[in-house]
Amino acid sequence: MTAPTAVAPPVVPGPATRRGTELALLALALAVVLVAYAAVGLAVDGSVPPGTLGYGAGLGSLFLLAHLVVRWVAPYADPLVVPCVALLNGLGLVMVRRLDLAEASRARLAGRAVPGADAPLQLVWTALGVALFVAVLLVVRDHTRLARYSYTCAAAGLALLLLPNLPVIGRTINGARLWVRVGPVQVQPSEAAKLALLIFFASYLVAKRDVLSLASRRVAGLDLPRARDLGPVLLAWGASLSVLVLEKDLGSSLLFFGIFIAMLYVATERTSWLLIGMVLFAAGAYVAYLLFGHVRLRVDVWLHPFADPSNKGYQLVQSLFGFGTGGITGTGLGQGSPESVPFAKTDFILASFGEELGLVGVTAILLLFALVVERGLRAALSCRDSFGKLLATGLSFALALQVFVIAGGVTGLIPLTGVTLPWLSYGGSSVVSNWVLVALLLRISDAARRPSPAPVSPGTARAALQDAPTQVVRR
Amino acid sequence: MNAPLRRVAAACLVLFGLLLLNVNYRQVVKASAYREDPRNTRVLVRNYERARGSIALAGPGRPLIARSVETSGRLKYLRTYPAKDLYAHVTGFFSFIFGQDGLEDTEDTVLSGEDPRLLVTRLSDTLTGREPHGGDVVVTLQQAAQQAAYDGLKGKRGAVVALDPRTGAILALASAPTYDPGQLSSFDAAAVRAYRATLVAPDAGDPLLNRALSQTYPPGSTFKVITAAAALQDGITPDTQIPAPTVLDLPQSSGSLRNFSGESCGNGTTSSLADALRISCNTAFAQLGLTLGQDRLRTQAQAFGFGDRGLTVPEPVAASGFPGELDLPSLAQSAIGQRDVRVTPLQMAMVAAGIADGGTIMRPYLVREVQAPDLTRLSLAQPETYRQAVPRAVADQLKTMMESVVSAGTGTAAQIPGVRVAGKTGTAQNRPGAAPHAWFIGFAPADNPRVAVAVIVENGGDAGSEATGGRVAAPIARAVMRAVLGS
Repeated sequence: MTAPTAVAPPVVPGPATRRGTELALLALALAVVLVAYAAVGLAVDGSVPPGTLGYGAGLGSLFLLAHLVVRWVAPYADPLVVPCVALLNGLGLVMVRRLDLAEASRARLAGRAVPGADAPLQLVWTALGVALFVAVLLVVRDHTRLARYSYTCAAAGLALLLLPNLPVIGRTINGARLWVRVGPVQVQPSEAAKLALLIFFASYLVAKRDVLSLASRRVAGLDLPRARDLGPVLLAWGASLSVLVLEKDLGSSLLFFGIFIAMLYVATERTSWLLIGMVLFAAGAYVAYLLFGHVRLRVDVWLHPFADPSNKGYQLVQSLFGFGTGGITGTGLGQGSPESVPFAKTDFILASFGEELGLVGVTAILLLFALVVERGLRAALSCRDSFGKLLATGLSFALALQVFVIAGGVTGLIPLTGVTLPWLSYGGSSVVSNWVLVALLLRISDAARRPSPAPVSPGTARAALQDAPTQVVRR
Repeated sequence: MNAPLRRVAAACLVLFGLLLLNVNYRQVVKASAYREDPRNTRVLVRNYERARGSIALAGPGRPLIARSVETSGRLKYLRTYPAKDLYAHVTGFFSFIFGQDGLEDTEDTVLSGEDPRLLVTRLSDTLTGREPHGGDVVVTLQQAAQQAAYDGLKGKRGAVVALDPRTGAILALASAPTYDPGQLSSFDAAAVRAYRATLVAPDAGDPLLNRALSQTYPPGSTFKVITAAAALQDGITPDTQIPAPTVLDLPQSSGSLRNFSGESCGNGTTSSLADALRISCNTAFAQLGLTLGQDRLRTQAQAFGFGDRGLTVPEPVAASGFPGELDLPSLAQSAIGQRDVRVTPLQMAMVAAGIADGGTIMRPYLVREVQAPDLTRLSLAQPETYRQAVPRAVADQLKTMMESVVSAGTGTAAQIPGVRVAGKTGTAQNRPGAAPHAWFIGFAPADNPRVAVAVIVENGGDAGSEATGGRVAAPIARAVMRAVLGS
């Protein structure tokens, strides 16, 4: 008031970034995870595990790093996504550790050697996931540039899918040839292939959407696309699908197919693609049922899980028993026996939550996923460019469908096909690629919510804008 | 592109909606079906996570006959039976592999802590973080009586039941051969399976069977007490002379019936009812049965509890039975406890107890008290009348007659110095060529009965074909009664 000072540049009240909300929610997520971690220790050993603080510090700094980078390079990104994902990832770590303890005590009881713990490794994978999340946000400053690499992505995606079929590094685990082993590290390349192919689908469909939606023949009241427009798309889809069928990975086949049809539908706005998709799906499913014993087995177990409860139906029956025993409120962390379900750490991890956290916990987890999906679709809706719109749709729908396929499978809603439950299941490739998925979603969300690039002088631009008449802008 | 995008969003909503609906179905609607499915081992595992209540005797020091001990394994509490095979058929076992039996099964809700009466305890355990603990079951058994029964049956096959005739409390319940429930309840699955294999081996004598409650035998001459009761109710007195031929020709057949070793009773043609019972005269009681007719005999047997399919102590008791629609030769044999008359050892103990208690049979029971983990009483057994088998006057006449069986008849081996003992022996033919089953039922002191007992030794035990109830079974009954009276 007293000293004459230079007039401060007027503050531009841009749209709220809500980064503070994100930080607070992250702190809440971390608190929930740490309480859960301590609860496991209290239930199993009767004391708070000694590593709780270190574990909390490690996980907390990872979350904080993610938050700071988002604040820096994607300040307008949706504030809910990272906390939801952090909570899911943290709960997954808690459950993997809880199952480590159960396996160790079982082994000790049976006089077997105690197997190595998986939770520390999963923490390393989480760190790697967050690192890649950060890297993607830093490197990809503008998501539309990804569209330039569409055919590179297609080639990379297919190559990744084929990788497990190579000799020496390819590995068959539990009847499916999905794995690649390099040195001590085992990865499932189909998770990364999913992202690469999503980028390809989005850019290809955006480039060809006019052709795909306009040029058509009308057959029996339906607008059918020309065969030659379908070519490259069908080729990419068929190739990925046949590779997956050969590798016996039903879940991923279903996933790829569903994602592809959804993106095609959104890109062309044509219902006929949905019908074509359903016909193709029905035919494909029927042929697979006739041709493959393992598909028949899955369907039979789904229809009659209790027909052979100690052999073929064992997994699903144990999973259902887990859900039933948990009931509404669950047994409490560390107080059930989720290790009774085979693959409790990976595909069946939701059954572990169902038993120990009950309906309440499972509902919370499903709603967290639903929230991330909803936020992704919201980004797609408000995104200004078609590529971003389509990519965000694909990423979100991929997440929704993957959760549906595995959660529906372990609860007996649909036949069981093995895919991981994002962030919760134990497994490096899944955690890392899903963090990358989130990075891409946030990048699009940031672009969608970012105000239009401001002129050099904000003050005058603002004044000019206020004087200007409202006008329709053609885009 | 926003219109189809919104539809995709709606589709996602439907997917999550379906998942949530299905999870509700599995975790609410089907929850109890899954939880209680016998193939679901989780609940079983949880059974071992909570300290299961003990089964205790009421006596001084409150000795535990089944208790849970904390271990460091995945299954936290191991079930142990400190007295090994002594109380096996009372406690039953608590096996991870073979389930539960005995009181471990029938009293499971109390022992596991699920019983509604333990709700308050359970809540306060949860709130205070105290280790949850099941309730205790205190049984009516007397250690000395059980030990005497167990010792008496050692090396034999058979059963002993002792009751307090005034209350119906079961003082001893033993079945032989027996087994060690601890070895069935161990966590070493291979050892449990191996041990069970030895128990179910063809020549093991079926040790898992509770002969006292679940097995029925021909009662032999002990049934004459019931025939005598029917006769006394029909106006005959202990002194009435009844026909007692050396050989009784059975009507409607060429067969005949003789006395044990072909002896004659009384003067060779007649005998008093009391004398016929004292020396267990077959021909006299067969003729008496023919005179009374099958309906009177059946009604009297039912008044003692025959035909009751719903009796539990709380373990279910097999029904004893008197056959229907008999021809005359069969009736004659049934009147002396042969043919198709079948009784459990508990039933015969109830016959003795009824006569001891002036004709009133008290409902037999094994659980005296249910206690919360802090030993406060949750319930105490209330003795109740089961049947009025005979009027008091008839009971007194039977009592006097049964005293003479022990003082000067077939049951002298049951005598206890300074105590008036009443009883009846039985030697029951079963399979042709096999040694007869040796029976003894009785009670003491006759003037103020405190214990009623039934003993059966299958195929006469060591005595083989020389076996009679008086030689083989009466000494065991005597030891059990002495043990009760001495305490």
